[in-house]
Amino acid sequence: MINAVGREIPEDILEMTGKEVFHGNNYFDGHVFQKAGAYTKCVINSHGSKVIGSIHEALVKCGIKDGMTLGFHHHFRDGDYIVNMVMEEVHKMGIKDITICASSLGKAHDPLVEYIEDGTITNIQSSGVRGKIGEAISNGKLKGLAIMRSHGGRVRAIETGEVHLDISFIGAPTCDDYGNCRGIGGKSNCGVLSYSMVDGDYADHVVAITDCLVPFPNFPAHISMTKVDYVVVVDEIGDPEKIATGAAKPTTDMRKLMMADYCTQFVVNTPYFKDGFSYQTGVGGASIASTISLSKIMKERGIRMRFGIGGLTKPMCDLLINDQVDALLDTQDFDLAAVESVKDLRHFRISAGQYASPFNKGAVVNKLDFVILATLEVDVNFNCNVVVGSDGVITGAQGGHPDTAAGAKCTIVITPLLQGRTPAVCTEVTTVTTPGESIDVVITDYGIAINPIRQDLIECMKDVDLPFKTIEELRDIAYSIAGKPQKVQFGDRVVGIIEGRDGTIMDVVRQIKPFEFSE
Amino acid sequence: MEIMKPAIAGTLESSDCQVTVEPGDGEIDFTLKSSVMNQYGNQIRRVVMETLENLEVSNVKISIVDKGALDCTIKARVEGAIFRSVGQMEHLPWGGAIKP
Repeated sequence: MINAVGREIPEDILEMTGKEVFHGNNYFDGHVFQKAGAYTKCVINSHGSKVIGSIHEALVKCGIKDGMTLGFHHHFRDGDYIVNMVMEEVHKMGIKDITICASSLGKAHDPLVEYIEDGTITNIQSSGVRGKIGEAISNGKLKGLAIMRSHGGRVRAIETGEVHLDISFIGAPTCDDYGNCRGIGGKSNCGVLSYSMVDGDYADHVVAITDCLVPFPNFPAHISMTKVDYVVVVDEIGDPEKIATGAAKPTTDMRKLMMADYCTQFVVNTPYFKDGFSYQTGVGGASIASTISLSKIMKERGIRMRFGIGGLTKPMCDLLINDQVDALLDTQDFDLAAVESVKDLRHFRISAGQYASPFNKGAVVNKLDFVILATLEVDVNFNCNVVVGSDGVITGAQGGHPDTAAGAKCTIVITPLLQGRTPAVCTEVTTVTTPGESIDVVITDYGIAINPIRQDLIECMKDVDLPFKTIEELRDIAYSIAGKPQKVQFGDRVVGIIEGRDGTIMDVVRQIKPFEFSE
Repeated sequence: MEIMKPAIAGTLESSDCQVTVEPGDGEIDFTLKSSVMNQYGNQIRRVVMETLENLEVSNVKISIVDKGALDCTIKARVEGAIFRSVGQMEHLPWGGAIKP
């Protein structure tokens, strides 16, 4: 069946998953459902401590068995030790057929490939995967389907009961003996625990794993003791150097600076750029540079930002330090400056659900004026691909891309026209992750294209001195330089689905097959 | 042209390619590894074959490791490797066998 972004979704996949095809961003607006619930094992006695000896003991006490779904968060990014530690123990116990439901997986989790190959792990649900797991999935090694869902989509899937978490593990930089977890302090300081909040509320069993046990009460708790069954203390939960890096040096790449400048000029010429506006950026060099150049214009014109959302980095936190923004709403911290900023009283921790879920009574992405995003590919229908590489291998993550793009009044995608030889603007993206109806503007080093559905933006840019082009013109420039790319040669088997934030199927990912010359 | 000795041109930097040529076994033996194999594998092969034809090379082992080089770069690296393999460093046939 063909969905609203023109993708053919095979009938057997619809049957197998019980899902609908994507019908457009607002298809479920006003939808009513009853939330799922978690089993709760009451603690009434006053023996005082939930600390147990090992991850093994935690698994036994939580009743680990074949076929369970385990939840994880990715605040430790490439420095995460939790997923591998837990799965190593699960593997040792001979447990099979596990579904991993993580907020994201990255290169730190390459060791999981062994467990995918031997059937310990048979399903993966994540914002995305990188490195060797991506290669394994794209080569058909995962027995079940990989489901790629956005940060908001994960919360939706859990709250509706589409996914039921049997045991969730929360890597906690600090924790007390009764399970109060905080993202702040300790050796593996990651700032916030936003992606885990839904695990705390909806998993049957919740295990906090920490390398810094602090005296009770570890307040204000980011995950409350009322939701935690057991606490395990280990030597190290992560590699601090890979959790929060030093602030990235502002880029000196002239191409990125030029695109950042285009972006800032575009932003300030929209009607949304006025006192009290709201803003979010990704963490790419051009996005960060545009935050820096925007802050200068805000100062010149006396314009304040009401709130910024993140995925936060230093330039966003500098707005707080320089009193150019009233509040930051935070789901994840990418550098030490952002982690440090969490202590500021105007820096608020929010849950992934508050941030981005389409299935609650309104998420903050809906209140966004601007979001500045990157993409691997964008096509002439403005559909974006941020998950599957142009070689057909899964190599990225949806993150909050589809959530923020759908919510913001003005969604800007910045990408160099060519990524190496690969045209970033193309006729048809390899796989759709974010629908074109969410994307308003594409900014490249060769020009800027406004989505024709945004005639209002086209109108207000009429007299603005920026290199406007149609999206087809941008594609043609890319193809004239690099040549017209051929399509990836996929096999038949569907190895993964790209889930829309509302749980519909946006696209499928097929197994790759070895390249063969055509003649 | 007849390949005299093994020769290399190009680098493994992004947007470049490294071309290695050796005397052949009576035919063109072409191998390619490319970061853009799926999208441009056939295109790269076509450019290499055209370039060899222009240089009248029909007996060569040519292997290319491509890091997303454009056609013009690939062509130049193939020409560089071939002329190195015959020891010709001067009086190159610009506008002749080396076509723009």
